[in-house]
Amino acid sequence: MEKEEIKKIKDWMNTEEYKEKNFNRKAIVINPERACQPLGAVLCAAGFEGTMPFVHGSHGCVAYYRNNLSRHFREPFSAVCTSLTEDGAVFGGQANGFEGFKNAAALYKPKMFAISTTCMTEIIGDDLGSIVGNAREKGILTEDIAAPYANTPSFAGSHLEGYDSMLNAIIETLGKKTDAAKTDTINIIPGFETTIGNINEVKRILKIFGINFLVLADYSNTLDSPLNGEYKMYPDGATKLEDVKNCLNNKATVVLQKYSTKKTSATLSEKLKQDVRIVKSPIGINATDEFLMTLSEISGKEVPKELEDERGKAIDSMTDAQQYIHGKKFAIFGDPDMLVGLTSYLLEMGGIPKYVLCSNGNEDFKKEIEDLFSSYSESEGEVYIDKDLWHLRSLVMTSPVDMFIGPSHGKFAARDAKVPHIRIGYPIFDRVNIHRYPIYGYSGVINLTTWIVNKFLDILDDTCDDAHFELMR
Amino acid sequence: MAVNFKEQESIVEDILSVYSERAKKNRKEHIGINDKEACGSCVAKSNVKSLPGVMTPRGCAYAGSKGVVWGPVKDVINISHGPIGCGHYSWGTRRNLAEGEPAVENFVPFQFTTDFKERDIVFGGDKKLEQAIKELHELFPTAKGIIIESECPIGLIGDDIEAVAKKMTDEIGIPIIPVRCEGFRGVSQSLGHHIANDSIRDFVVGKGEIDNGKKTPYDVAVLGDYNIGGDVWSSMKIFKEMGLNVVAHWSGDGSIEEMKITHGVNYNLLHCYRSMNYIATHFEEKYGIPWIEYNFFGPTKIKESIRKIAKLFDENIQEKSEEVIKAYEPKMQEVIDKYRPRLEGKKVMLLVGGLRPRHIVGAYEDLGMKVVSTAYEFAHNDDYERTTKEVENGTVVADDMNEYEFVELANRLKPDLVASGIKEKYVFQKMGIPFRQMHSWDYSGPYHGYDGFEIFARDMDLAINSPSWKLVKPLWKK
Repeated sequence: MEKEEIKKIKDWMNTEEYKEKNFNRKAIVINPERACQPLGAVLCAAGFEGTMPFVHGSHGCVAYYRNNLSRHFREPFSAVCTSLTEDGAVFGGQANGFEGFKNAAALYKPKMFAISTTCMTEIIGDDLGSIVGNAREKGILTEDIAAPYANTPSFAGSHLEGYDSMLNAIIETLGKKTDAAKTDTINIIPGFETTIGNINEVKRILKIFGINFLVLADYSNTLDSPLNGEYKMYPDGATKLEDVKNCLNNKATVVLQKYSTKKTSATLSEKLKQDVRIVKSPIGINATDEFLMTLSEISGKEVPKELEDERGKAIDSMTDAQQYIHGKKFAIFGDPDMLVGLTSYLLEMGGIPKYVLCSNGNEDFKKEIEDLFSSYSESEGEVYIDKDLWHLRSLVMTSPVDMFIGPSHGKFAARDAKVPHIRIGYPIFDRVNIHRYPIYGYSGVINLTTWIVNKFLDILDDTCDDAHFELMR
Repeated sequence: MAVNFKEQESIVEDILSVYSERAKKNRKEHIGINDKEACGSCVAKSNVKSLPGVMTPRGCAYAGSKGVVWGPVKDVINISHGPIGCGHYSWGTRRNLAEGEPAVENFVPFQFTTDFKERDIVFGGDKKLEQAIKELHELFPTAKGIIIESECPIGLIGDDIEAVAKKMTDEIGIPIIPVRCEGFRGVSQSLGHHIANDSIRDFVVGKGEIDNGKKTPYDVAVLGDYNIGGDVWSSMKIFKEMGLNVVAHWSGDGSIEEMKITHGVNYNLLHCYRSMNYIATHFEEKYGIPWIEYNFFGPTKIKESIRKIAKLFDENIQEKSEEVIKAYEPKMQEVIDKYRPRLEGKKVMLLVGGLRPRHIVGAYEDLGMKVVSTAYEFAHNDDYERTTKEVENGTVVADDMNEYEFVELANRLKPDLVASGIKEKYVFQKMGIPFRQMHSWDYSGPYHGYDGFEIFARDMDLAINSPSWKLVKPLWKK
């Protein structure tokens, strides 16, 4: 095509008129930042001791989950499946299920199969309960292997619901409520959290508090295992099955992501009568303060001075740098809980979360963001749910921002908008080690501020003329 | 003459001992020891169902069609038709580079999906698909075609995507192509390649003509190069220097416009046999266009291939081809002189797809390395026939090798390098074994052609000889 013609079309794509067309579409989805339920289910499974994610469906699906999770974490990711093909669609998948249990048990010696489904097995109507039950009865699935199962149809919700359903199934299947006195341990549910640094940060805070805790599901070690010359299919440090069994006798449960744990939180509080506290993901000062207050309330312990000092240092890092963020406009996208946290943090810094776009957010989420805007009298902020990154492109091309924050897929729109893009969230395929650094807690505040501000300063140095190329910034 | 491979046989026997009798019998047929004298395809049984529960490396028909064959075609829109996941996972993860303005001339970096919800499963998705096509045409008016890549539910709920495609082709005037590549079809991504080839045959081939004045006796098409990390470009350079006129390249950096006129070429040059032999055969049967396989990995195979291709043409091309070989020889020698001493005798284990488990062997041998085992994800008989000639006697050859077998084999063969995919990469790196991803060139490349070999050699060296591997054991454990 002629250059002029291309330019004409590209210019048109940057107009209000195109934006309107783009926002009018009802059927096609373009560049959504959203995966399907089974991916969340297999990720959740990776947080439990000796657990093999077991997907009832075709092996193409499982290859995709493994690929994508390995790319994000840069770690091995194991999962097996029932390798269903056309005849499975006709006759059902029980026979493959049986054979899958047998083979996977012989080869991979798991303590637990965390069983989930795919679109195919949902549509043909396979009943996981009877497959597992029949396999137990026939002695194919031996009693020493736990087998929680969850329905995770890919045509409903996103990876968040899949994570939730699997966690719910594991707790319901393994957890045993007894009459024994409550322990002083607190359950921590991180949710679909792929920033390993965040889980580690929460653990560090709890240790400073001196609170006994149990993380459900803890893949902070299994998906960040040491390279020492030995491959362990089930690396040390996952949540122990024995601890899951006892988790219902623990004093309380603190949930760090509201939108990826709806079912699990409801089961725990309503059915199992746990003291469940759903807090905002501790991103930024206010949300971290609230998290510490909750811990203090449950444990009856004062917030330790060490953490209070950390808070002061984080505030120090913010005030030292706030001039570089104040008034800057941001486009942020990704999973809902992270977006609530980032919105909160940016507002604390005087930044403008101009576009908060969530491909898997609901009305509650939208309201939560709008409430945050109101509490800071932020009138420029806009929140979008069920929208994708092609919508975001139209937004930033018609009314620009200074920076993108979100997963790797945003890089295409960021390039068109000619603005920097800080990678946070899931998935990150194009930067190394980011997921090891927390954005949670007071340390997270320092990291976020460092990344954002130094990125702006790097750009200033890269683009300014000689006269303005100054030593001090 | 029977060759004695007792040691390798006992290794395989030992690995398989953990299986149930039934599974053992099954897997034993898929793992053989190479014997050049024996019948080629006898080395391993192939293209049959994977065992459930074994962690097969295989993908699905959708991956073969959308991910491999259609995905790289830059001027069309690929709709992942069905739920959200498939399109998300295959978005930008295969490194099919393409030139051209994104959203105008190039749609490769996109993820388009009809994002099925429960109601679409219950009530059918044909109406939604129709609406989606209209919206795409309005938002991307320069797209030259729209490909409907079926995900599992489409076939299960009985949608009639063919009818929608036909209706919409008539309505908007660009090819709308239905592809029945539901993931449950077949046993691997291989059937997806075939289905995609057939859809190109039925909806694209023969729909255009090379401009009359532009036809030359040297018109060829390159089939089965997906431009991973720029492979097509380094291969094209060679063809051009040989004096050939590449009319179309399928499908890396390719276009539907080129596909439409491919039947006008004199020869089809086929790199990835597995994924595009179907269309090559169609061109031969329907249009009488002969096809020839070639291998552009490593100078030895490149030289052989250039000569093999040149023989199809006149003296002019043959002379030029010899000049090409001669021109690159000093550079190639330089690369070998630089890297061979650092890589000599190093042992490699392969598990890849398509053509690589055999095609890439020569490139390793050019560097003095030895392939001790090679495995395919989704090969057929004819792949194994070709493989047995390319690898040494005694090499372990395996089909649909699962993770357990791969790890156990590595424990026994003690390779210096494992070359496979992302699912395998970190497993072996945890074991302290250097690794290169050989689907994506580990975010490097190109590896095809003369330019590619220099990069290939550098990458194998940096993997194997990285000082970081020496840090795995701490001082107190040495």
